[in-house]
Amino acid sequence: MASTVIPANQAPASTTTNYLNNGHSLKSWLLTTDHKRIAVLYLISVTVFFFLGGFFAMLIRLELLTPEGDLMQADTYNKVFTMHGMIMVFFFLIPVVPAVLGNFLIPLMIGAKDLAFPRINLLSWYLYVIGVLLISHVMLTGGVDTGWTFYSPFSTEYTNTKIVEAGLAAFIAGFSSIFTGLNFIVTIHRMRAPGLTWNRLPLFVWANYATSIIMILGTPVVAITIVLVAVERLFHLGIFDPRLGGDPLLFQHLFWFYSHPAVYIMILPSMGVISELITCFSRKRVFGYNFVALSSIAIAVIGFLVWAHHMFVAGISLYAAMIFSFLTFFVGVPSAVKVFNWTATLYRGSISYATPMLYAFGFIGLFTIGGLTGLFLATLGIDVHVTDTYFVVAHFHYVMVGGVLMGYLGGMHFWWPKISGRMYPEGWAKLSALLVFVGFNLTFFPQFILGYVGMPRRYWQYPPEFQVLNVLSTAGASVLAVGYLLPMIYLLWSLKYGPIADANPWRAAGLEWQAASPPTTFNFDETPVVTWEAYNYDEIDANGHGGSH
Amino acid sequence: MSDNQAIAVEHEAHNPALLHHFSSEQQQKNAASLGMWLFLVTEIMFFGGMFCAYLIYRVQHFNAFAAASQQLSIKLGAFNTAVLIVSSVTVVLAVKAAEAGKRKLLVSYLVVTVLLGMTFLVVKGFEYREKFEKHHVPGPTFNFTDTFDDNGKQIPVNPKEAELFFSIYFAMTGMHALHMIIGCGLFSVLAVFAWKGHYTPGYYTPIENAGLYWHLVDIIWIYLFPLLYLISRHS
Repeated sequence: MASTVIPANQAPASTTTNYLNNGHSLKSWLLTTDHKRIAVLYLISVTVFFFLGGFFAMLIRLELLTPEGDLMQADTYNKVFTMHGMIMVFFFLIPVVPAVLGNFLIPLMIGAKDLAFPRINLLSWYLYVIGVLLISHVMLTGGVDTGWTFYSPFSTEYTNTKIVEAGLAAFIAGFSSIFTGLNFIVTIHRMRAPGLTWNRLPLFVWANYATSIIMILGTPVVAITIVLVAVERLFHLGIFDPRLGGDPLLFQHLFWFYSHPAVYIMILPSMGVISELITCFSRKRVFGYNFVALSSIAIAVIGFLVWAHHMFVAGISLYAAMIFSFLTFFVGVPSAVKVFNWTATLYRGSISYATPMLYAFGFIGLFTIGGLTGLFLATLGIDVHVTDTYFVVAHFHYVMVGGVLMGYLGGMHFWWPKISGRMYPEGWAKLSALLVFVGFNLTFFPQFILGYVGMPRRYWQYPPEFQVLNVLSTAGASVLAVGYLLPMIYLLWSLKYGPIADANPWRAAGLEWQAASPPTTFNFDETPVVTWEAYNYDEIDANGHGGSH
Repeated sequence: MSDNQAIAVEHEAHNPALLHHFSSEQQQKNAASLGMWLFLVTEIMFFGGMFCAYLIYRVQHFNAFAAASQQLSIKLGAFNTAVLIVSSVTVVLAVKAAEAGKRKLLVSYLVVTVLLGMTFLVVKGFEYREKFEKHHVPGPTFNFTDTFDDNGKQIPVNPKEAELFFSIYFAMTGMHALHMIIGCGLFSVLAVFAWKGHYTPGYYTPIENAGLYWHLVDIIWIYLFPLLYLISRHS
C-alpha cells in the first residue's frame, strides 16, 4: 500500500507538543507516569536484553558448530544455555509485547488518557529493572546451571551456583508482570470510551485481556514456588526434598502450572497484533470477530489445564498423562480457530504487502508449524521418543521466535509511525523481514530432524553424524542475527531521517490512529465517542478517509 | 455517561484526590476497588501453591502430620484466631468511621487494629521460640520422638515426615506473618494520614482497600489454624 507521508521539509511535528518532546530531562523520563513513555522505557530495556539473550544463543550455536566440546567446557555450556533461557523467557518474551506495544496502545485503542494506575505502571518497569540488575549480577558472578526450569532436587540440593539470586530476579520480574496484568484488566474494564462496548474492542485488546488473566492467576504460583526453592536452600526446609518425604514432582507441577500458561502470555499478545495487521492489509473486517476474540479467552482458560504434558516421562500416572494429552489437543482448537479465521479474512481481501503484513504471513506459517508439532508432542507415544531432544527445542522456538517475535516485529513496524512519528524505510524493512524468515527456518528446521533422529538437548558435544544439520543451524542463526540487527539500525536511523508520518499512514481502523503521530501526552483532546464496529474497513474505504463514521 | 462527565467537571475544581486521567470520582473508586480485588486474587494463588503442597503431603503422610500437629499449642492458636477475628471487626468499624467522617474514631480503630496485629505477631513469636527449644525446627538439629495417638493406639512415625510437616508449618505461617507485618505497616501509615485528615466521607478508598487486604490475611489464618493445629484432635 502507498502510505500517506508528508515530505520531511514540511515537517510540522517539531512545532507541536507531543509525548516525546513534552520534557527532555532524564527526570521527565525516569519519573514519568505516561504509559507511552513507560512503553518506550520498556522498549529500550527489552531490546538490550534481547540482544544479550541473543549473544548467549550465538555462543550455543558456535559451540555446536563442531561435534567436539572445543569452545567451552560442559559446565560453561550449562550456564550459557541457562542464561539464554532465563533472559529470553523472563526478561524478553514475557514482557515484550504487553509491556511495549500493549502499554503504548491499550489506552489509545480504548480512548483513555492513560492506564488506570499510571504509578503502578512505572513501578512495574522499575521492578523489571531490579530483576534485570539482579540477573546481571548473577551473570557476572558465576551464573546458574540448572536450565531456566530450576528443577529440584538439583536446584535445591546439589548445584552450588547462584540459584537464590537468580530465583529472586525471576520473582521480582514476575511481580512486574503481575502488576502489568492487573493494570490492563482494570483499564479495559473501567476506562473504555463511551460506546466502546466489548464487542467493538480491537482484538489486540482482547488478546491482552486474556494475557492479563494468565499473568495474575499463574505468576503468583511460580512466585511461591521460587520462594520455597529459596527457603529450601537457605533454611533447609524440606518441601521438595525426597529424603524428607518431599516430592520433586510437586515442584514440576507447581512450576509448569505457571510456566506452561506463560507460553500463552508470550504468544497471545502477538496473536492480537496479527489480527490487527491482517485486517488492515486486506482491508476487511476480521472473519468471525466473536470467535477470534473468545478464542483468546479460551486459550487462557484451557491453557491452565495442560501443564503436565511437560511431565509425561517424569513419573506421573498413565491415566493422568492420557487426560493431559487430551486437554493438550483440546487447547489446539482455539489456536486453530485463529489461524483459520485469519486466512478466511484474507479471502477476497485487497491484500497489500507492506512489511508488517510480511511478518504477519511469516507468523501464520511458522506458528502453524510450531503449533502442529506441539500436537506431535502431546501424543504420548511420540513424546516418549522425542522428549528432551532437539525436536522439542525446534517446536518451542517455532512458537516463541517464529510466533512471538514475528508478531512483535510486525507490530513494531505497523505502529512505528505512531510511536515515533516517522516512517521506517520500506526497502530495508522488507529485506530484513526476508532475512528473518529465511534465517529462522534455516536455524530451526534442521533441529526438528536432529531431534527426530535422536540428538538430545542441553549437550555440548554430539556424534559427528549430526554435524551437517548443526552447521546449517548455526549458519541460519547468523542470518537471523543480521535480520534482527538491521531493524534496530534503520529504526534508529528513521528517528532522525525517516519521512514524517501523518496520524493514519495505513488508513487503518482503530482509535489509536485518530490520535496524532506521535500522540500528545493525554492522547486525545476530547474523549472520543465510538459509534462504529471494529475493523469497519468497508466504510473507511468507501468514505476515502481514515478513522470512522 | 454525560451526567457523569458533568459531575466530573464540577468536582475537578475542588477535589485534589481525583487524578487527571479519570473522568469521575466514581470511575476512580471503581478502578481502585477492582484493582484491589484482582490483587487479592493473586494473593490467593500465591498461598494456593502452599495449600496444594500441604494437601498432598498430608494425604501421603497422615500419621506423621497428625503427630506433629499435636505438638502445636491449641490454646495459643485459638487465642490468635480470636485476636484476628476481633481485628477484622475493628477494620470494619474503621471503614464505617471513615464513611461517617469521624476522624478521631477512625484513627483510634486503625491504631487498635495495628495493636491487635502486633499481639498476634508477639504470640506467634512465642510459639516459634517453643519450636526452637523443642528442636522442632527443620534442619540438622531437628529431633522428633513423639508417636501418633490414634484412639489410645500409639503409632510410631518417621521423624523425617514430621520434619516435612514443620517445613510446611514454618513456610505457611512465616509467609502469613510476613503479610501481617506488611498489614501493620500499612495501617500505621493510614493512621498517620487519617490523623492529618486526608480522608473524607467522599474519599476513603485507601481505608477500604487496605481493609480488604486485612480481611484476606485474616481468612488465610482462619484456614491455617484448623489445617495445621487441629489434625486428628478428636480424642
